[in-house]
Amino acid sequence: MSYTSREQIEVYRFAWPVAIGVPLLAVFLQAFLPVQIRFFNILDLPLLVTIFFGVARRNPMTGLLTGSAIGLLQDSLTHNPLGVYGIAKTFVGFAASSLGVKIDVENPGSRLIMTFIFFMAHQSIYFSIQRGLLGQVVAWHWGQELGAGVANALVAVVLFAFLDRFKQRT
Amino acid sequence: MDNIYKRHANIIVLSSVLLAQMLGLAIQVRRPADGGPLLIRTWAIATITPLEKAFIYTQHFVQNTWHDYFYLRDVRKENQQLREELERARLEQVRLHEDAAQAHRLQALLQFKEQYIAKTVAAQVIGTSGSEQSRVIYIDRGTDHGVHPNMAVITPEGVVGKVLRAYGSTSQVLEITDQTSGVGATLEKTRLQGILKGTPTGGTQLQYIMSDEKVELGDRILTSGGDSIFPKGLPIGTVQQVSPGKDLFLNVQVKPIADLARLEEVLVITQIEEREPSGPDVSGPLRASDILAERLPSVPVKPETPAPGMGGAAGAASTNTALSSAHQTKPASAGTNALQGAPVQGTPAQKSPAITKPADRPDTKTGVAKPATGISVPKTGTTTGTTITKPATNAKPKPPVKAGETTPPGH
Repeated sequence: MSYTSREQIEVYRFAWPVAIGVPLLAVFLQAFLPVQIRFFNILDLPLLVTIFFGVARRNPMTGLLTGSAIGLLQDSLTHNPLGVYGIAKTFVGFAASSLGVKIDVENPGSRLIMTFIFFMAHQSIYFSIQRGLLGQVVAWHWGQELGAGVANALVAVVLFAFLDRFKQRT
Repeated sequence: MDNIYKRHANIIVLSSVLLAQMLGLAIQVRRPADGGPLLIRTWAIATITPLEKAFIYTQHFVQNTWHDYFYLRDVRKENQQLREELERARLEQVRLHEDAAQAHRLQALLQFKEQYIAKTVAAQVIGTSGSEQSRVIYIDRGTDHGVHPNMAVITPEGVVGKVLRAYGSTSQVLEITDQTSGVGATLEKTRLQGILKGTPTGGTQLQYIMSDEKVELGDRILTSGGDSIFPKGLPIGTVQQVSPGKDLFLNVQVKPIADLARLEEVLVITQIEEREPSGPDVSGPLRASDILAERLPSVPVKPETPAPGMGGAAGAASTNTALSSAHQTKPASAGTNALQGAPVQGTPAQKSPAITKPADRPDTKTGVAKPATGISVPKTGTTTGTTITKPATNAKPKPPVKAGETTPPGH
């Protein structure tokens, strides 16, 4: 599962319409679909896209900047101050790309576990910022968060398999 | 130096980006946006909302085409049902008209000012924030259509929220379930006033109701009008759960009447007018007892003989008082809220001639000295209606929090 040297790692890049269009589409769907499908709010498509681009590019700097941009875009649609999602996704983008350098994240099993862990980490950071920096009362329900984590991980396996088609080898 | 930077470039960039965002957060919290929305918000909304509109309009076009031309199976049956419903509504309207006319006359007598919903704009819900922690929706009407921040947003069922930010052709609406929202609210039966706040879990809670007050499950909650955003008398929700809270207050959980999870169309109240109620000439020596006496023939109770020594209007007044007592046996929901078509209210005190002077009311619980009536809001276009009147006196002191005021940490 783990690599022995950096030479074994496949690093991918994406055409710019994909690099820009997919995150935008994810944010759009995240805002639009809850109007149609009530339970869609438990998914975090922008987070899944952040993780995917992070592990595929395997460049921590690109990963954190991608996460930051997607997070700030997501923040813009809320009424909360800008930066809450931004900070959380910056962390995740950085961690995902750093992890991509070290272990194989191409198979569905590792993707499932990885997405679940990143989702929980993202939620923890998000709630910490809301509580610690913004002083808001936040309701954390373990059952709900774990369930959402599993749902996101399952969706991620399908989504990542679809997005793999847009990968280009460097 | 270069080596150090290269070796730790990732960590340095990560720290810089995080620090910049934290500083940005601190600035926003410290100094909420006073010069309009940030540019990045405007760009994001300008990018996302046109797509949402396109999808919604396309979806509606397809749905309407299907319903208007192909899906006509049960139309005849439905038409018949609607006709019967209309007949019932007409009968109800006649009765309500009488009540409303009486209320107008009394209001005119007491020189109350009424709030009229003079104009509304129908809007389509096109999107959400996409976050459980930010309960906002986007609608397809903005400043170009006369929508501005702090305007009330409702559905025919009840209150939805208020406009938080307005852009050219889009607006952001803060739902009443968001924890930063607040609405001035009144319990319909007891007229107790409090603040309806959203909770972190997406529910709503009526705050600042003293623990020694009686609140029953299922009690309806209306807007109190005290927040200067929502007109008085709009239905908000019903009491779902009551339990002892902290600091001598009750913990009253409220279920919103409007289904906020399935919103499609909403109405934005763009204009509220305040004016003296129209009615008969009140400059003359018209008294409440005279007005109430007008209803005597319609009351199916044997007219009482005026007590010895009491004649004329005084006698009428005393008779009427007795009849009002008879009216008091009616359930409290004897009136009707035209907004919902459901019975609304009619507390005994409202029917009593004793309301000739609101300050004289001994009941400190009621706070409101006159009937709250419903409003009539059509789905589209403008609307006029009477209904909502400002309380002249509130015997109960207002809670310390300003209702209707959003308190986001910063934007």
